[in-house]
Amino acid sequence: MSTRGMGLEVEELEAMAKRCRRNIVKMVHGIGAGHPGGSLSAIDMLTGLYGHRLRVDPSDDGWADRDRFIMSKGHASPGVYAILHERGFLSEDDLWTYRRLGGVCQGHVDMKWCPGVDFSAGSLGMGLSFGIGCAIAASLDGSERTAWVMLGDGELQEGQIWEGVMAAVHHEIGNLKLIVDRNGIQNDDFCETQMRMFDVAEKFAAFGWAVMEIDGHDMSSVVEAIDWADQITDGPACIVMHTVKGKGVSFMENNPKFHGASPDDDQFALAMEELQ
Amino acid sequence: MSAPSGGGASRDGYGAALLEMVDDDRVVVLEADLGKSTKSCLFRTEKPSHTVSLGIAEQNMMLVAAGLASSGYIHFASTFAIFTERAFEQVRNGIARPNLIVHLCGSHGGIHTGTDGSSAQSIEDLAIYRTLPNMTVLHPSDDVSAKALTLALRDHGTPSYTRTARNKVARAYSEESAAELVIGKGHVLREGTDVAILACGVLLNEAKEAADILSAKGVQATVVDMHTIKPLDTALVSQLASTCGAIVTAEDHSIIGGLGGAVAECLASGTLAPLERVGVQDRFGESGDSDELLAMLGMKACDIAAAADRAISRK
Repeated sequence: MSTRGMGLEVEELEAMAKRCRRNIVKMVHGIGAGHPGGSLSAIDMLTGLYGHRLRVDPSDDGWADRDRFIMSKGHASPGVYAILHERGFLSEDDLWTYRRLGGVCQGHVDMKWCPGVDFSAGSLGMGLSFGIGCAIAASLDGSERTAWVMLGDGELQEGQIWEGVMAAVHHEIGNLKLIVDRNGIQNDDFCETQMRMFDVAEKFAAFGWAVMEIDGHDMSSVVEAIDWADQITDGPACIVMHTVKGKGVSFMENNPKFHGASPDDDQFALAMEELQ
Repeated sequence: MSAPSGGGASRDGYGAALLEMVDDDRVVVLEADLGKSTKSCLFRTEKPSHTVSLGIAEQNMMLVAAGLASSGYIHFASTFAIFTERAFEQVRNGIARPNLIVHLCGSHGGIHTGTDGSSAQSIEDLAIYRTLPNMTVLHPSDDVSAKALTLALRDHGTPSYTRTARNKVARAYSEESAAELVIGKGHVLREGTDVAILACGVLLNEAKEAADILSAKGVQATVVDMHTIKPLDTALVSQLASTCGAIVTAEDHSIIGGLGGAVAECLASGTLAPLERVGVQDRFGESGDSDELLAMLGMKACDIAAAADRAISRK
């Protein structure tokens, strides 16, 4: 059994997020491939979730009554691996298996390979639906466990997302919490040029979701939003967090190139300096 | 089509099996606005608490099923066979890849579904699901065997796809004989040594009639219900290749990739024997009565008997 989160204060969460940022960049640089941008935009929320909220047990990753965290944008796996290391599911050595043959840290998060991972991602648009299934199962069990799902904003272009958005409201799934990482960049370019999504929060509200918008890099806001979502029990809740892709590394920030690219050695040295 | 007396549609067997599982709280049924057609409605009426209706949204349904399965529930999700295909990648990445126990049922498969026309006539479902690691693929022939096989899936250790049919056919099984069915094992209905006819689904009935036609000419055919397309009963196929020396497959499906394709792969890798594949010849169907369509596409008993003659002549 485990209690919620790790009992950490905001300052401690901020320090943890910085450690995670360093490991994200190290993982990607170490293998020369991967997705740093969306990991760095999501990591403050990931830290808030694992450090402040999720009921999970690193000594028993199969614990049936754990909260579920479903990373739908599975390419942001370095972010997930970094926080699972902080939470005690992965050793530091595990992190360096990222994208390597036989490694627990597969290119995209995979529940069959990595302890602490609840969903095999990699194909966008599927995580919300999976989270709905986890939440319904919790209700059938009479459990208080909660399903938390994180989507990318580019991922909202997948039609299946909106099937799930409707279903979650129709079935009044109050133990489902969604986070949208609104970093404004997708694989090829800025979302504004690829497929405009306009006011994302307004769209979720129009479907009947409870919605809160925050600065996804302000840890106090992150914690506050998690607590807010927890109190919504009569239907699904969505946190739209406005973030900067590549946050924390100057040359990656808001740069579409670092959606899925590794820094070279000079850039890596600069990144480590900036993340001291 | 007119229903043969005493006949049953395999979709009715699926519904009956779900109903029989109504007291098992591990079982959850999912549907996508076609419960009245696939017969999951029977379960829903009895146990709405364990039925999740997801609207006309198959992709979402597949992943909701996967999420529930990851929490220990056993899922039976159904829609038309053709509409499962729009969610193929969801089945591939969301169900088969993590090996989550979801039992998917595609009803109204094959050209036998009739007057709805080619958009509804899935003739490729068995082929595409057969390519997925971890997936079991079933195609029962009548309501009695569909019920028995669906009940067997409850304790089956991998995800599965079962194709059922809309229309009734004459029953090949009694409750007693269906109780002998084992997933992965072909069921021999008739033994002969001149040719073996391996059939599945609604064409099993045609295969049995073909054996009668052949017998009248002094040709003795083995008839097997190959209700499991994957894992294929390769031991039986090899044995029949040896003992009969000629094989015919019969399925309401494209001759590419389904039962005929699977048997061809098996024969090519093991005991060789002439093979003739009866099925849809790489074309789409059209609206029409089931029997009219079977006749037009060369899938009636007489066509299977003719295919047997060809296979025998190639020995």
